Amino acid sequence: MNIMVVGVGGQGTLLTSRIIGKTALAGGYDIKLSEVHGMAQRGGSVVTFVRFGDKVFEPVCEEGTVDVLIAFERLEALRYAHFLKKDGVMIVNDTRIDPMTVVIGAAQYPENILQGLEKSHKLYTINGGEVAKALGNSKVLNTVVLGLAAKHIGFEKEEWIRVLQSTVPQKTVEINTKAFEEGYNL
Amino acid sequence: MSEKRIMLGNDAIARGAYEAGVKVSSAYPGTPSTEISEFLAKYDEVYTEWAPNEKVALEVAAGASIAGVRSMACMKHVGLNVASDPLYTLAYTGVNAGLVVVVADDPGLASSQNEQDTRMIARSAHLPVVEPSDSGEAKEYFKYAMELSEKYDTPVIFRTTTKLSHSQSIVDLGEREVPEDKVYERQVPKYVMMPGSAIGRHVVVEKREKQMEIDASGFSVNKVEYKDKKLGFITSGIPYQYVREACPNASVLKLGVVNPLPKALIEEFCKNVETVYVFEELEPVIEEQIRAWGIDVKGKECFTKQGEYSANMLRRVLVGCTDCTYEKAQVPARPPILCPGCPHRSTFSVLNKLKIHAAGDIGCYTLGAVAPLNVIDTTICMGSSISLLHGMEKAKGKEYIKNWVATIGDSTFLHTGVNSLINMVYNKSSATVMILDNRTTGMTGHQEHAATGKTLKGEDTYAIDLTELCRSIGVPNVITVDAFDVKEMERVVKESVNSDELTVIIAKAPCALLKGMKFPNKCRVDSEKCKKCGMCMKIGCPAMTKNADGTVKIDETMCNGCGLCKNYCKFGAIEKIER
Repeated sequence: MNIMVVGVGGQGTLLTSRIIGKTALAGGYDIKLSEVHGMAQRGGSVVTFVRFGDKVFEPVCEEGTVDVLIAFERLEALRYAHFLKKDGVMIVNDTRIDPMTVVIGAAQYPENILQGLEKSHKLYTINGGEVAKALGNSKVLNTVVLGLAAKHIGFEKEEWIRVLQSTVPQKTVEINTKAFEEGYNL
Repeated sequence: MSEKRIMLGNDAIARGAYEAGVKVSSAYPGTPSTEISEFLAKYDEVYTEWAPNEKVALEVAAGASIAGVRSMACMKHVGLNVASDPLYTLAYTGVNAGLVVVVADDPGLASSQNEQDTRMIARSAHLPVVEPSDSGEAKEYFKYAMELSEKYDTPVIFRTTTKLSHSQSIVDLGEREVPEDKVYERQVPKYVMMPGSAIGRHVVVEKREKQMEIDASGFSVNKVEYKDKKLGFITSGIPYQYVREACPNASVLKLGVVNPLPKALIEEFCKNVETVYVFEELEPVIEEQIRAWGIDVKGKECFTKQGEYSANMLRRVLVGCTDCTYEKAQVPARPPILCPGCPHRSTFSVLNKLKIHAAGDIGCYTLGAVAPLNVIDTTICMGSSISLLHGMEKAKGKEYIKNWVATIGDSTFLHTGVNSLINMVYNKSSATVMILDNRTTGMTGHQEHAATGKTLKGEDTYAIDLTELCRSIGVPNVITVDAFDVKEMERVVKESVNSDELTVIIAKAPCALLKGMKFPNKCRVDSEKCKKCGMCMKIGCPAMTKNADGTVKIDETMCNGCGLCKNYCKFGAIEKIER
């Protein structure tokens, strides 16, 4: 199974992919994850990969091979859509973050991204930021999105929650669990 | 104890060092090598430190090795250039206890200034190179590297690449085994490299390399996997994974030691396999040696010297795969940017306003080169900003650099910038040097350094005072300015660049991402007062966007309330309020 998590540096993509990785490991699979560190993180386009199966060789997913693509931002969903395989599932956090090229007027943010993606992909969207805000902590938006994605990746819900609770900081266990449930039950 | 854990490549390297009984490790941070030292610092049994630069780190590790304990130094590829001076001669002295030099190459330039290949340096220094292909091997091969070091009396380079260092895979944990410390004996012909002894050691180096070349065909980490004998690959490291992904049925010679090459093993493999490709990222190091032996292999005529490889790349080139080219959407780029509340943005906004050019250096502040800040004109290597500006002055005179400054971070200044500043003092510079002091090594993820007052292990220590340091070497003017006080910054910069005396301006304010930073304020736009002029957008803050009507909007969750934007609004439309 090939999973790709994309977003903007600072959105929590790394933690999301680590939870997916740990859940798969608990399921007894061989697993590889690939992360982005260093300068590439600073507000830039960030990509992480999770692959699991009986035997995994390369730690990245190739174009046209991804089963579930989790995008934390619309433009990033569009940027990496070609990584999805034909019947792959796309989970998009419905938010817009303008890249500096757009802020300074050097480029235009594409309109109607989701409508375009919907025509060619199995698309599920959620506004993780708003759900998280309603729960009282806008930072758990990545857990809301993970909850929605979890249903399409597989594994028991209880297993996801167990891994989640053992990964996030102790004092955020409760809100993260609620956030996961919100996404999962959508 | 048998525990399976999913580990980052760098975590696994640290675990390998721990299990191999390493007692001393010294390093300077550099992507993608940084986390090795951070993970290793968690083991109480291992002494770990941040050195001011890689040359110091390698010398510390060498000292520990000569004293008789297993040691290591870690760095990124360009860090090895800094450490090359001790490296080349340590090849002559050899070791007492094992010495492993971990070097992380960065094909694809995730966070580097070039794509150099460490194997080229290893070849010219005549040092063996061990290269793993996943986290499990990273841990095991580290121990192997340590054994090679002691067996052949040589430092060993342990090569990793970004994809290996920053990917996670499964590792079987083992126990730590610490060998007895080696006895130290005074051996002038081995450890004092004056011409009379070095000439003898050069003979030893050549003999050792020849012996290793013979032995390498029997090294357990050089493995042959015979399958279909029509198509074969000679490969190592992460590219091995791409080969297995794309061509599961091909024969493979997987090298765990990539220098020196196992000649007999390669000859045999090439005899048994019809078409052999050498699949190696960056330089054709393996390929050229094999061709020089008169063996016909394919390599760089099919694959590039640039960037990271992939399985699809192999499929496209080799197997005539036509359906593995995918159409990418044309979308605006999203390059990395300075964070909201970054003090560098404030400093650069002043330099931009004054139309000043900056000789830049290595750090997050390299991002001051791009729009909309457009301040930095040059970035070469660690510490180069100061010496470059000095060269400009000596070439064109004092007047020429009156609209130039050098900008360098606090950690980079202590790395190699201070030498260049000594040169400025000695050779009568009139330049302005700005130390962008954000109290940390920012770009690599907040490592301590000699001016922060904390060690890698988190212990309190003496914090070098940058002002005192600059004064003590003879800089006539050293001025500290709050990086967010743009009015004062403007005044001080104007005065300094127009003065004929050397000046160091310390632009001080902590990194916005530093642990424990509190942001009591946030900024808000009064859309009634906003005249849509866009002046505030010229600082390039990612928390700021435009509403459909052209007025400016500040994202509350992203804003750190630094208030820089407020300084650039003539109409008082931006207010700084409590969170």
